[in-house]
Amino acid sequence: MKHATEQELFAYRDGDAKGREAMAAHLKECAECRGELARLEEVFAALDAMSVPDPGEDYGARLWRQIAPRLPERRARWWEALFVPRHLAVAGAMAALVLAAFYYGERVGHDTSGGNGPVVAAASAEKVRERVLIVAVGDHLGKSEMVLVELSNAQPAESGKKLINISAEQKRAENLVEENRLYRQTAMEGGDTAMASTLDELERVLMDVANSPAEVTPAQFESIQKRIAQQGILLKVRVVRQELRTAETGRKTPVQEDSTKAKERNKV
Amino acid sequence: MADLTAKGVSCLMVRMRASGEQAESVAISDALAVERTLAGEREAYRVLVERHSQYVYRLAYRMTGNRQDAEEVVQEAFLRAYQKLAQFAGNANFGTWVYRIAANYAIDRLRQRKSEDSRREQPSRVAEGEPDTDPLSQVKDAGPSPERLAGSAQLAAKMKQALDTLTPAERTAIVMRHWDGCGIEEIAIVLKSNTSAAKNTVFRAVQKLRLALRPFAEPRGAARAVGTE
Repeated sequence: MKHATEQELFAYRDGDAKGREAMAAHLKECAECRGELARLEEVFAALDAMSVPDPGEDYGARLWRQIAPRLPERRARWWEALFVPRHLAVAGAMAALVLAAFYYGERVGHDTSGGNGPVVAAASAEKVRERVLIVAVGDHLGKSEMVLVELSNAQPAESGKKLINISAEQKRAENLVEENRLYRQTAMEGGDTAMASTLDELERVLMDVANSPAEVTPAQFESIQKRIAQQGILLKVRVVRQELRTAETGRKTPVQEDSTKAKERNKV
Repeated sequence: MADLTAKGVSCLMVRMRASGEQAESVAISDALAVERTLAGEREAYRVLVERHSQYVYRLAYRMTGNRQDAEEVVQEAFLRAYQKLAQFAGNANFGTWVYRIAANYAIDRLRQRKSEDSRREQPSRVAEGEPDTDPLSQVKDAGPSPERLAGSAQLAAKMKQALDTLTPAERTAIVMRHWDGCGIEEIAIVLKSNTSAAKNTVFRAVQKLRLALRPFAEPRGAARAVGTE
């Protein structure tokens, strides 16, 4: 009689459908295999004997108290309502009109093209929104570039220190991750996949920094520097910043770039 | 005990049924809490933390084997989940998602610990892919009785030591499969492998644990080698 292998018995015990009927029939006839299956069951019974100490009913509340101070702050920004995707369609028009009044004032409200004032105001409000986005994303990329440059240019091995404190860079990276996510979502909503892709890469690098220990060895620091270099993220950020500056000064639509610019970036 | 034959059911559904909650209403409530958190209400995230902390803790404890490491894993899991919340995008159940983050972090911690132990020349544990060794060679024998010890504290202690000899992948696989009733597909995702490899990993873990129990089994004939006729 051919006995079942240990793996076959395990598969049967685990609920595998393959060969189940045949195995069941065999086990009826074979005491030795039944014995083996019973010994296998003992393993699981022994695992069940291991209990997990109850962390207490208030564990969730304790956990919250431990992590709440470490959660990155979500700063409420006056334009944030524009970028919440679910509400974008509803809030966009109203918020854009508010922005138009705030930013344009004299520049738009006095348009004298034959009674087309409200139409011009609505169109210009959209431009205002785009311009706000260009400025905000550009500012964010500038701050991100500074953090990455500082980390890339540091010479940890020469400092002679056993541990290097990067808590300040960590904190900045954490805040930048928050902002980056917002802009990445906005870029995706706007159909700018190239921008979203760059921001996605930037976010990963920033999260690497944010998730590192506050104090690292020179070797660990160099590892962070290598990751920044490998991604080529500094160059990509600089290219995008340049594009945004061009868009801002040239009053072009920021989230629609021509294919040559996209190719340039992708080449990088 | 989780129904291991329900392979198509996610770990979370099994836990929710066991706890009596309606999985669907929890999922809806979780989605709302996620949305509010993303809108800036930090307290909304507290709801998610308190709701899902217990079973994430149980996973973390079974994987790390001690309370201190388990608490660290849980904290880190929820912090990472918070940071990545926008990527969550409501496509999966939040509980399943944070469970997966915890499992991934715990497995990294186990690998890091093994790496640190081997650098300090601690008694070696079985590394991934290396030839097997009997876990009991590293276990101090306290003179167990030959009777069956099922349910006893001593058996639990021996099993704990045996679990410590598993590779991080094997430990993850057996914790997810046996205690949390996760499907092989779910395990494969966490182990970053395919379902066939995940199945084999679970089986290898069981084999090693079974070796650990051998001295405690009732006296029988010589152990039969795998596949003999």
